[in-house]
Order: sequence, then structure tokens, then C-alpha cells
Amino acid sequence: MYFSKEMQEASLKLNKKWADKVQKSLKTNPDQKERFTTVSDTEIKRLYTPEDIKDINFAEDISVPGEFPYLRGNQVTGYRGRHWTFRMFSGMGSAQDTNHRWHMLLREGQTGLSTAFDFPTLMGYDSDSSKALGEVGKCGVAIDTLEDFLALMEGIPLDEVTTSMTINPPATVLFAMYCAVADIKGVPLTKIGGTIQNDMLKEFIAQKTFMCPPEPSVKLISDTVEFGTKFVPRWNTISISGYHIREAGSTAVQELAFTIRDGIEYVEDVIRHKGLNVDDFAPRLSFFFNSHIDFFEEICKLRAARRIWAKIMRDRFHAQNPRSMWLRFHTQTAGCSLAAQQPYNNVVRTTVEGLAAVLGGTQSLHTNSLDEVFCLPSEHAAELALRTQQILAEETGVANTIDPLAGSYFIETLTNEIEEATWDYIHKIDDMGGMIAAIEKGFPQMEIADASYKFQRQLENSEKIMVGVNKYSTNKQHPIPLVEISEEIGDQQIKRLQDVRRKRDSRAAMKSLDNIKNACKKGENVMPHCIEAVKNLATLQEICDVYREVYGEYRDPGLY
Amino acid sequence: MPERKIRVMVAKPGLDGHDRGARILARCFRDAGFEVVYTGCHQTPEQIAAAAIQEDVDLVGLSCLSGAHRVLFPRVVEILREKDAQDITVIGGGIIPEQDFPALYSSGIKAIFTPGASLDSIVEWIRTNIKPH
Repeated sequence: MYFSKEMQEASLKLNKKWADKVQKSLKTNPDQKERFTTVSDTEIKRLYTPEDIKDINFAEDISVPGEFPYLRGNQVTGYRGRHWTFRMFSGMGSAQDTNHRWHMLLREGQTGLSTAFDFPTLMGYDSDSSKALGEVGKCGVAIDTLEDFLALMEGIPLDEVTTSMTINPPATVLFAMYCAVADIKGVPLTKIGGTIQNDMLKEFIAQKTFMCPPEPSVKLISDTVEFGTKFVPRWNTISISGYHIREAGSTAVQELAFTIRDGIEYVEDVIRHKGLNVDDFAPRLSFFFNSHIDFFEEICKLRAARRIWAKIMRDRFHAQNPRSMWLRFHTQTAGCSLAAQQPYNNVVRTTVEGLAAVLGGTQSLHTNSLDEVFCLPSEHAAELALRTQQILAEETGVANTIDPLAGSYFIETLTNEIEEATWDYIHKIDDMGGMIAAIEKGFPQMEIADASYKFQRQLENSEKIMVGVNKYSTNKQHPIPLVEISEEIGDQQIKRLQDVRRKRDSRAAMKSLDNIKNACKKGENVMPHCIEAVKNLATLQEICDVYREVYGEYRDPGLY
Repeated sequence: MPERKIRVMVAKPGLDGHDRGARILARCFRDAGFEVVYTGCHQTPEQIAAAAIQEDVDLVGLSCLSGAHRVLFPRVVEILREKDAQDITVIGGGIIPEQDFPALYSSGIKAIFTPGASLDSIVEWIRTNIKPH
């Protein structure tokens, strides 16, 4: 970064002068602690100077927005043409309840939808399954059949609003329901846009919503990628997710490394088994990251993510299309950074985390509500969280210029360090034979377990501080209203499901399940058969039971 | 004969996959010198009760963050009673609103630990209240 030898000499001289002064000052004013670290326990220096970034080559390493390595963003105009999408994750109780919340959020200026499903839906069980006991509608919306999905999408313009669905093992089924609703409403599949999370590898690593073993799980994902590429070109068929890896307790580097290595695994599988060219589908791969409380670390992680993915696409997969090299991502602020104690503090945490996501160049953002440590967000809390990002966008001026922290000695150094540490993990997992092999060894799971345990210990001995939890705690209570999902929601949902089972043409439903089974056995794409099955009102679990029967079930190995 | 160690089972009932707390506790209990069994996620109350009896544990710690605790925690206690294993103490933790405490206590859950409870306080409770049988 130096332009001349003289400049470097002058700079080094100043560094020396400052370091001497520091030594002197420390004698009378010692530091508050020995180590200053990020939330991921990466040590941070007292000062960064031009010396730290002397080897950076601007054109190659940083460049401008819209140019390789896309460190500064994919879009040449940044947020000036369009803000990030305000996309609040939302779902509760019945399809009608959730639809009501969605219309509220859209009225208040939300620009994209994001669906939270309840655990039975996430795991591929119907609401009347014994496995669903106590869970129906609790953590999100219950969807059993296309009838529920139609109610969920009531009044939502499918060709205008994009919808993200956090769904993994049953992603084929929910994607099929979305396509079926579009068909019924006469909206061509080429016009609908959205995302299915559909990232199973991180389920085995962190989120633990799984159904079949890793290999067939990846096969089903490749089916959706192939189907989307051919018929639903505006759909993001995978949202390769670090969010849950981080929530499970990983470091920032682990989040980035495991997510990107998962991405490599999916790209390899689609190329190998579907015969697609990388540029056919890579532009529709999307990512999802966490924005934790350590402000600069998060910004650098997001910047590094773009540069790493661009290099992988260019050098490992030989992509030609620049869009294949773009790492486009949604961000959610860190649920695990919030505290149940003094819950109003969570608004402040979320604001800082949202700001980091924006300075890291996110395309889409969910800001957590202050009550999410207790329950699903209340309408008021969700609105406040949405307003938080609207204030960031409209008032603070942070979106005026692109990647405003670029060139900072500290930011570029930390970005480089995160990138290097990420490559180390990627190479290590390559050496293990890829991510599925690494998961079978328990490698990413145990790396995360170690990191989360270490953090918890640091919290317990006050090496790490959470305000209101292990410092500045108080007995004063300022309780907040909490949303409660009643047990009756489950009973009503079960009744609806049983009504559908009674009135449907069961022979047609069963026939279409057979077609899915045959496709599974022959290794064909299940998607067209899934669309037919949901239209014939086959239930979510009936379809997932076919997968479980053909591919087997995966059980949590219970590593700790 | 050396004193028998306290045997603890950490269990995840229901479909909830939020296992960060459960896994940290399992490791913490191991470090505290207890013998630990961790069930992994997605266990039915029936599976948990059967495993607790099979493994001859002194204590079952249930962790749930999905809201299903109201139904699932009491069910575990109930099945243990049915199987004549009421000597196994059951405690719970996770995201449990305070208004649910009375019902859980009266169903037989002996202690509830919510976010912010320190690892040491949980270990201490176990040492004070559980005698290996």
C-alpha cells in the first residue's frame, strides 16, 4: 500500500515512536485486561498501521464494486439504486395467523417475506403425528397440505413479492407447494421468485433438523437445483447457511469456513450428478450469514466471504459468468447474542449487528425482535425490529457510499486474517475427503462444541461480558409482554388436516406418492412428482415418509 | 468400595434442535465428575424414560427451547412413574416462561433453569440434591 520507500520509512518511524510512548504509559495506566479479543476469541492489536497492509495490491485484493474479487460488493451502484431487502423471518400458529402477520409487515414497509415453520413441518411430520406432540404452531407456522399453503399465500402477489422459506429436509415439498400455488393462481413459474434454505449439510453440523442421511439429502437438494435451473429461473434453490452454525456456538471463521465448504460440496454434487455447467446454476446459489455482536469482526467476515467465494468459483470451478462468482447473502442478527435479562438491551444489540451487516454489504436483512429470547415476536416487537433497519437505511447515511470501511488498516488486516484462517479449514476438510466425510467424522460438530464451551466458560469467569447477565445486573424488572401460542392451535390444525384427508381423492394422492417412490429408486428428479403429489393433497409427512422409507433415517449421534 | 458417581442423562425431548445448551451442560457435567449420558436431539418422552431406566441414571435433565416443554416435560415424569422409576429426579431447562413454572413443578419437575443460569449453579444444585442410588 506504500507508494514509496520514504513513506514507509516515515511510517515505521512513527510506529516506533508510538510504541515507546505506549510502554511508558502502561506503567502508570495499565490496560484493563491482558488480552483484547473478538467474540470469537481472535486477538486484536492495539493499533493497526500502513505496515499491516503493506502487501495489499489494491487492484487484485480490493478493487472496486462489481469487479473481481467482489470484496466491495457485487453491485456497481451499492445501496443507492436499492436498499437491502427488509425481510423479517415470521411464522406462527396457523397459516391464517401467519398470513395476517405478513400483511401487517408488508403494510409497514417490509419488502420481502420469510417463513418460519413449526418443528413438525421442519422435520417432515404432520400435525397429528405422535412426534408433533406439543410442537404444533409453536415455533412457526404449521403446514400439512397444499390447503394450508394456499391460506398462507392468500393475497400475496407471487410475481411481485419474493418469499424465503426456512425449510430443509422437506424443501422439495414446500418448493413444490409454492410452484403449485403459482400454477393455481395462473402465475408462470418463470415469474415467481424466492428462496428455499435447502441446506442439509449445516443441519448435520449445527441446526439438527434432519431426516435422511447426508448423501441422499444432498441428492434431493441437487434435484431442486436442477428443477429450479430449468423451470424456475428466479428461484434461489439453496441458501447456504452459516447462521445456525454460528448460533450453535462457532467462531466467525468456523461459520464462514464450514458454510463455504458446504457450498463447494453442493456445487460438486450438481456438476457430478446433474451434468449441469457451473454457470448454469451457480448464479442462483445464495448464502445466509449471522451478524454477531463483534462489530468489526462481522464486517470483515462478510467482506472476506465475497472474496473467497469469487476465488473458489473462478479457480476451483472455472466459472466464466461473473454472476457465478457473486456471493449474494441474507443476514440475520445473532439470536444467541441476546439476553433474557434486561430484554430492552436487545434492541441496542440488534441495531449494532444490523449496522455491521449493512457495512458488510448484505443483500437482505432480518433484525431480531427484543422478545425473541422468550418466544415468537409480538407484533409490536417485530415492528420495532423492522423500524431498526429502516432507520439504518433511511436516516444514518451509512448506505450513502459503498463499502465505506475499505482501506482501513484494521479492516483490511482482519479481513485478510479471516480469509486465511478460512482457507486453512477449507483445505483441511478437502483433505478429509469433503464435507460429508468430515461430518461423518464429527469434525465440524466438535470444532463448534469446543468453541461454544470455551465461550461459555469465558462468560462464567467474566473474561467475556454480557451486559445484564454477568455485569451490570440488577433486580429491577421491566417485564415485556410475551406471545403465547395456545395448545388449541394444534387441535384446530389437526382437525383441518383430517378434513383434507377425508375429502381428497385418496387414490390419486397414493398414486402420486408411488411416483415419488419410483423416482427416488431410479435416481430421477422428484420435483415434478412432488408438485403432482401436493396438488393431489398428499400431506407433507406422507411425502417425507417416502423419503424415509427409500433413503433411511438419520439419527443424531449426540456429540458433545 | 469407591463412592458411586452421580449419573446424569441430558435429554432433548421433542423435535427441537437447539442443542447448544444441552451439549455444553453435558460437557460441564462430565468436567464436574458426573457420569454423563447425552441422548442427542429428537427423543420422545417414551424413549427418554426408557433410556433413563436402562442407563440407571440418578437424574434426567430435559432441555427444550421450542415451547413444547409444557406437554413433554410432565410426560417424561409420568412415564417414569408408570414404570416405577420415580426415584429418578427430573429437572428441566431452556426457554421456559415463568408462568409455566407452577404447572411444571406440580407435575413433578424438581428444578427449572432458564437462560442466564450459570453452569456452576446447576452443578451445585445437583451435588446438593442428588445422592447416587
